[in-house]
Formats: sequence, C-alpha cells, structure tokens
Amino acid sequence: MSNSKVRVEKEYGADVDGADDTYVLRLYIAGTTPRSTRAVMNIKEICEKALASRYDLEVIDIYQQPSLAKDCQIIAAPTLIKELPPPLRKFIGDMSNTEKILLGLDLKPKEHV
Amino acid sequence: MKRAFKKLTKRQLGNGASRSRAPRHEQLEKAPTGIQGLDEITFGGLPKGRPTLICGSAGFGKTLMGVEFLVRGAMEYGEPGVLMAFEETEAELAKNVASLGYDLYDLIEKKKLIIDYVHVERSEIEEAGEYDLEGLFIRLGLAIDSIGAKRVVLDTIEAIFSGFPNANILRAELRRLFRWLKTKGVTAVITGERGEGALTRHGLEEYVSDCVILLDHRVNDQMSTRRLRVVKYRGSLHGTNEYPFLIDEEGISVLPVTSLGLDHKISFERVSSGVQRLDAMLGGGYYRGSTILVSGTAGTGKSSMAGHFAEAACRAGERCLYVASEESPDQIMRNMHSIGIDLAGWVKKGLLKFDAERPNIYGLEMHLLRIHKLISQYQPPAVVLDPITNYLAVGDQLEVKSMLIRLIDFLKSKGITAVFTSLTHGGDAMEGTVIGVSSLIDTWLLLRDIESNGERNRGLYVIKSRGMAHSNQIREFLLTSKGAQLLDVYLGAEGVLTGSARVAQEAKETAAAILRQQEIERRQRELDRKRAALDAQIAALRASYEVESQELEMGLAEERLREEKLAADRLDMARIRRADDENGRWKSKNNRKQS
Repeated sequence: MSNSKVRVEKEYGADVDGADDTYVLRLYIAGTTPRSTRAVMNIKEICEKALASRYDLEVIDIYQQPSLAKDCQIIAAPTLIKELPPPLRKFIGDMSNTEKILLGLDLKPKEHV
Repeated sequence: MKRAFKKLTKRQLGNGASRSRAPRHEQLEKAPTGIQGLDEITFGGLPKGRPTLICGSAGFGKTLMGVEFLVRGAMEYGEPGVLMAFEETEAELAKNVASLGYDLYDLIEKKKLIIDYVHVERSEIEEAGEYDLEGLFIRLGLAIDSIGAKRVVLDTIEAIFSGFPNANILRAELRRLFRWLKTKGVTAVITGERGEGALTRHGLEEYVSDCVILLDHRVNDQMSTRRLRVVKYRGSLHGTNEYPFLIDEEGISVLPVTSLGLDHKISFERVSSGVQRLDAMLGGGYYRGSTILVSGTAGTGKSSMAGHFAEAACRAGERCLYVASEESPDQIMRNMHSIGIDLAGWVKKGLLKFDAERPNIYGLEMHLLRIHKLISQYQPPAVVLDPITNYLAVGDQLEVKSMLIRLIDFLKSKGITAVFTSLTHGGDAMEGTVIGVSSLIDTWLLLRDIESNGERNRGLYVIKSRGMAHSNQIREFLLTSKGAQLLDVYLGAEGVLTGSARVAQEAKETAAAILRQQEIERRQRELDRKRAALDAQIAALRASYEVESQELEMGLAEERLREEKLAADRLDMARIRRADDENGRWKSKNNRKQS
C-alpha cells in the first residue's frame, strides 16, 4: 500500500446533485499503523459511496517520502488533502467522521446536517 | 545529579570566586548560546541535549534569541541547527535578522541551517477522527538528520494550538515531541507566548521542565527595558535575578548585573588626580581601581576635576573613557581648554574616548549595558562619569543607586579607576549625595562654595579617602588658565577666609611681615650704633690711659734719677766726711762699688 496509488473503480453512482468535477485527493499516512489502515479504508469507502468514479485518490506514506511532508505542509497524520476542486481543504484524523468529510468535500448539502 | 548539585552548591557558597570557573565534570553538560551575558547567567549555556523553553509576550525577542542561538551555534560552535518556524516564513525570518548581520541564506547554503516553515491555518483544517503529529516529527527528523543538526528551535510551537482543535491530542503529542528531541540528543529551544497567570498560554512549561527562560519588559517613565530571567534550570546553578538585555546591531546582549561578590583585587598603586596638590593631600593620588566621587553644587568645578583626572590618565599613557550625560564632547573640550586642559589632543591620539548621550534616551539598564559594552570594547583603565546625578531623569533614587552599585562593582572587578561627579543642589545637605552612593565610594571630594564678604569662592574638602592618610584641611580651589589649583585657606576668627578676604588677609600679613622686618632692622641698627659708641668710648679711654701712663712713667723715671742722684751725692758727702759704715770700714769708692 505504501507509496502506491490506489485507484478504486466506480461501483455505483454518486448521489450528489449535478457536480461532475473530478476530485483529486491525497491521503498522507505515517506508516502502516492501525490508524493509517483505518483512514485508508474509511476514505475509500466514502469516496466510493459519494464520488463513484469522479475521484483520484493517492495514498502517500510520509515515512517513505519524508520530504513531501515539508513540501505539502503535513503536520498531522493521517492528513487528507483535497487538491481539486478548489478550495484546498485539509482533513486530519482517521477519517472516521464521515459526516464531517462529506460536508468538507461539499458532497452534502448543509441543511442535511 | 541531585547530589552533585548539592555538593556544588556548598562549594560555590564557600568560594564565590570559583563561580565563574568552568563547570565540573559532574555538572550538566551545556551548549553555549554565544549570546553575550546569557552564558554567564546560566554558567555555560543551555542544557545540552535537552529542551529549553523561552517564553515571553509578543515582540520581546524570543524568535531573535532562538535565531541567534542557532546562528552562533552554527558559526561559532560548529553545531548546525534546524529552525522550525510556525509564525514566519523563511524569507520573512531572513529579512528580519538581516539587520543584525545574520545571513541565513548563506548558512542554509553551507548546510549549517535548515528553516522549515510550518504553515498552520485553522480554516483549512477539518478534524475527522483520531490523529497524531507524526508529520511534524518526520519533518523535524529529516531536517535534523540531513545536516546533522545539534540544535533545534521551535518558534512558536504553540501556534499549532490554534490550528488543531483537540488540545488533548496536542498535549500528548508535545510531550512525545520533547521526549523525542531528548532522545535525538539535540539542544532545543522552544519559544512560547506568555499566558495569563502562567508562563505560557498553553502550559508548555509543564513539558519543558529542564530550563525555562522568561523574557519580559518593563516600562518606567515611558522607557522600556527588556529583561530576562532564568526561571528554572534543572541540575545547574543559574543567576536568579532579572537581567536587562539589549537588542542592537550585534544581536542580543544580556547584562549580568548583580554583584559578583566583594572580592575585587585591590591595588596599592596610585594614579594621579591631575592636580598636584590634591595628590599631595591624598598622599600620592587615588588608588588604582578605586571609585572617586566629586560632589558639589553647580559651578564648583566638578567637571574640571574630572577633566584633570582624564588628562592625567592620558598623560600617563592610559586610555580613558569619558561618559558625559550633560555636555557634548566639543563643549567639554572647549571648556577644559579654557583652564588649560587639552583634551582634544588626547582624543586625536586615541587615548581619550567620549561617549555623550542624554540619559533620557534609554532606561537605566540600557545605560549600564552600554557602558559595559563600551568598557569591554575600549578596555580603559580610567573612566569618568559626568555627572551621575543626571541619571535621576530616568529612574528614581533607588534604581539609580542600584545601577551605580552594579557599575561600581563592575569597574572594581576590572580594576578601573573611576571618577563620578555628582551635582548637589543648593538646598541639599552638603555632605550627602542625591543618589546616596557615598558609602560605595572610596574617595570622596566635596567641592563647595564658601560664601563670605559678598563673594562665592570654591573650597575643596577630602571628606573621606579609604585606606590612605589624607589631609583634613580645607583648600581653596581656584580655576586658573593653568588648571585647577589648590591654595591654603586662612582660618581667622570669622572662619575660613577665601577669595578677596584671603587676599586681604594675605596683604595684611605681608604688611605685618614688612613691619616686623623693619623693626628687626631698626633694632639691629641700634645695636650696631651702641656697639660703635662703646668702641669709641673704649678707644678714648685707652688713649687717655696711654697718655696718663706715659706721663706717669716719665715721672717715675725722673724720680728714680733723682733718687740715684741723691744717693750718689750722699756717698760723696760721706767720703768727704770719712764716715765709716756699720762694719767700721771706710767707705771708699771701691767699697761702694762692691756693695
């Protein structure tokens, strides 16, 4: 898993209204800790459910590429960065708070919360 | 460690002089900061391989202290450093410290420094579950390993508290971070914002407990002085007081201002006061390394005494620092020239250095620090402070006194002879100083106006002079075109006579002396005359005696002749009468001849 791109094929359609931008997401993890694993699983699930094929998720292990931590301003691990579409957003944690992520990714209308 | 500390404390208490010595082997190893004065206060620097917390409010110089620690470490001690900046970018930092002459880019290029700017922006970060700060660890670890850093500065790590909502996680992670830094063996400096009622806003002092330095500043009479205090230093002695510090073009300098103890080396050597008769009054001049106070009311010639001292030092080939807080150097030189003291010449020769600054430019501590720096740079054996009373403009009496105590201690520890002048105001007690430093002074000269017969004249007293026999007499003090001169004063029934009264007295005495001289001469003449008369008398008597004796002699001779004649006549008569003598013989001519 480390230093590898994980592409998840589209399984079913997104339930978001109208938007068809492709999401570019990067998940920075620090080694294969249970927390890292959890984060990868959680975000994959969210993406699959909410974005179907409209996303590009890259998982990066900062132990393997430590210089990226500086370049991408990573402090906490795991960190998820939504690079596209703008604005840039950062999520930290094991991605267990699905609601918050969906909200932050503009994948859920605010009145639903 | 504790035992070693105790042992050391005892040793230190027993012998004050050993304080400044190199740390003993059982003492904590230290990383010198290279910051002027800080290493003295901490007896060697920050704890090596341990984190140190520097806290203080915004703008107190925390970042600068951190940067100087790294820069000096890299340049002077061969210890590369990592600066993890949470508030300023690399470019901003480089620009900010460029004014201090630090070229951060150069150090970065030489692989002696790494700056990692950590961008923390709350609005960009969404918390979604559990996390840790491994990213920070990795970045720091990479930076440390890539240049073999020995020093790390985290400035200001508390910024992450504003970026990450979960304080519990942060606390746990910070604790882990500091432990990790220790295992890395780097000497770390962590800066923190001062909090309400606590050293730092987020209680960092709980985690960084090896050494805590607090930066502060105080505003007195609109003048701000930065201060530094070592709140805690585990396993080491440290100065506990507040020390003022200065940020100038050479970076930070901290002033260890407390007295180092009363163990100055003393000297029996004398240095001239510049006034010959004063030297004589003191039995040879001031002691080298002593502190001299010249006090007096306005216009009594205090600065002139100081000027004489400065000139005498220069004449002896020694450097002199003249700290003026009232007049500009040019003014002092002109005024001194009017009494025949050529200071300008010595300035040209580089033996005299003026430092003129109005006291209210800085706070007291700053002045003290400046004087310290000047002395350290110029190394003068003689220093003049003219006048010390002007410092009252920037501090109250107590503060000025404590500043002077520290200054005097410093001067004494360096064996510097110092002359202070002190202005006494008209209404004040003469034998007192406004600042109350007289007890710290070794030689105290009082210049005062002596008012009499509608004149003011100057008088000089030696109020005290420790360790030397000195004249107890008042001298009249004259400022002439050939410098200050001391004259004997006349003591009369009305008290001390000075000025024209003295001149009058002198005239009177001169007149009396002439009279006395004339009297003596007259008597001498009378004596001579009497002797001559007597001699004449003797001569006359002798003459008459001689005449008389001649006459007597002549009479006597005549008598004798007559007698002989009579005797001869009688014999003739007897012969004619054939008279016999008692033997019945004829008295013949023969017989007579036989008899």
